[in-house]
Amino acid sequence: MKNSINREIPDEILKEKNYQAYTTDDFGTPVIQKVAPKLRATTGSEKVVDSLEDVVLKTVKNGMTISFHHHFREGDYVFDKVMRIIIDHGFKDLTLAPSSLTNVMNDIVVEAIEKGVVTNITSSGMRGSLGDAVSHGALKNPVIFRSHGNRARAIETGEIRIDVAFLGVPNSDAMGNANGMDGETAFGSLGYALMDAQYAETVVLVTDNIRPYPNTPASIKQTQVDYVVKVDAVGNPDKIGSGATRFTKDPKELKIAKTVNDVITHSEYFKDGFSFQTGSGGAALAVTRFLRQSMIDNQIKASFALGGITKPTVDLLEEGLVDRVMDVQDFDKGAAESMHQNKNQQEIDASWYADPANKGAMVDALDVVILSALEIDTKFNVNVMTGSDGVIRGAIGGHQDAATAKLTIISAPLVRGRIATVVPDVTTVVTPGDSIDVLVTEVGIAINPKRKDLIASLSKIPGVPVYTIEELQKMAQEKVGTPKPLEFTDRVVALIEYRDGSLIDVIKEVKD
Amino acid sequence: MEIKKTAIAGTLESSDVQIMLSAGSNGFEFDLESDVAKQFGDQIKETITKVLKMYDVKNAKIKVVDKGALDLVIKARAIAAVQRALDIVDAPKWEVLK
Repeated sequence: MKNSINREIPDEILKEKNYQAYTTDDFGTPVIQKVAPKLRATTGSEKVVDSLEDVVLKTVKNGMTISFHHHFREGDYVFDKVMRIIIDHGFKDLTLAPSSLTNVMNDIVVEAIEKGVVTNITSSGMRGSLGDAVSHGALKNPVIFRSHGNRARAIETGEIRIDVAFLGVPNSDAMGNANGMDGETAFGSLGYALMDAQYAETVVLVTDNIRPYPNTPASIKQTQVDYVVKVDAVGNPDKIGSGATRFTKDPKELKIAKTVNDVITHSEYFKDGFSFQTGSGGAALAVTRFLRQSMIDNQIKASFALGGITKPTVDLLEEGLVDRVMDVQDFDKGAAESMHQNKNQQEIDASWYADPANKGAMVDALDVVILSALEIDTKFNVNVMTGSDGVIRGAIGGHQDAATAKLTIISAPLVRGRIATVVPDVTTVVTPGDSIDVLVTEVGIAINPKRKDLIASLSKIPGVPVYTIEELQKMAQEKVGTPKPLEFTDRVVALIEYRDGSLIDVIKEVKD
Repeated sequence: MEIKKTAIAGTLESSDVQIMLSAGSNGFEFDLESDVAKQFGDQIKETITKVLKMYDVKNAKIKVVDKGALDLVIKARAIAAVQRALDIVDAPKWEVLK
């Protein structure tokens, strides 16, 4: 059947996997039953174990669901260490349920798939050799992609039941009190991992830094932890976050960033006490800088900044331009290190951040968000998952979740090389057009026609031409030409869940 | 026209294309490398073929390393490469350049 945004969802998938097709971005107010994990009571005297191998053999069984977090990003050693043991001992039929998969994890996941060790995956995203392998049909069962908020929801409702969580931490005491902000491999907020710590049946902390008891501040608590494993190193500090983030010099990105700032400051949301989320990436960092100046010029302060945090956002906090930073992950060292000094930089878990099945999440209070796009179509649907060749190379992240903000801005160039960003139909819908309000490109903006109020307030910004999105799409096409359509087989290799757990799209195997 | 010498035009910068022409005997033999080959491979070949035909070239080996160049860039690089290959840089075929 076709879902409400005209995407074909195969009937057998809806039936076999008991899925609903996507209908609306309004979650409503359903009654929800949460699950609770089973546990074995202990006084904790034997939690510390020297051998990761012993713990894996004691806790993992064929067919189980195991999880990891991706806060170490490209500097992660823990995933590789655990998966090596699992592969070498010939475990079979495991479900991998990490918060996301970074490039450094690719090779070993591909190996685990090839050897039948991993037969199911749910993740925020994947890239590189792993995305390529999955897009070419390496995994028998389709991958399930979930946003950060949706992963939290699925864990709380039991759609994801984690048997064993292997959580790397830069410090822990012998009982399992741990945080992400101290130690050589500190990465800041433990936001995504806090879900696993709370809901996994068995929680294994892996650390290279055992501290005196009790270790505070404790983000993960001893009440949640079964084992604390000491290893040589949990990560490479140089690759965990980028260093000092440089301000973009790319004139196109600067033009887009300045226009994004114009859109924000001319909207009704730009007033004292507003809130925003910017994310990472060159243009987003530039927006933060332009926004800072506008806030100073207009004597406007923000109540909170949300999401993945960077140093420029922390600077706003320290300058008093932002009251609170609500921090689910930190993209650079500056943001990670400042968690200590700034009591107003609050660590939040993925549920608090973005879970719709909640008594309110932070994204519900969000005024303005700036998001990126690989593609956006004339229905304002956004793709952040498949590349121009149809191959998986992205992540939902918090895209669907944050897009529910009052003013959702997509910042994207009209074309990238010979690839149009604004297209008639995106290859894969991740975030529905109903959630998107304004598209900002280097040539001008397009406003979602459903937002008549914005058309009124944003139509007369000096130097910012307003086009229909169809006009922008045609401009892009005139530049690059008309591409030959991508070819796919009928086989579904991945499912894109919307944040409510319904199916918004599927990804098919690429035909090569 | 026969290709007199192997000639190259263009760079490997993004949004550019590097085209190398050398003598051939079996029509146009393309060797295309491009990240957008799936969507634009045929169009890239067609653009270059048109330029070669305007110069009455019948046989050529054409190595193309495309970095996402737009059509007008591909055409310009193809013209430069073919004029070099035919050794007519000092006497360009003006009607082609219109």
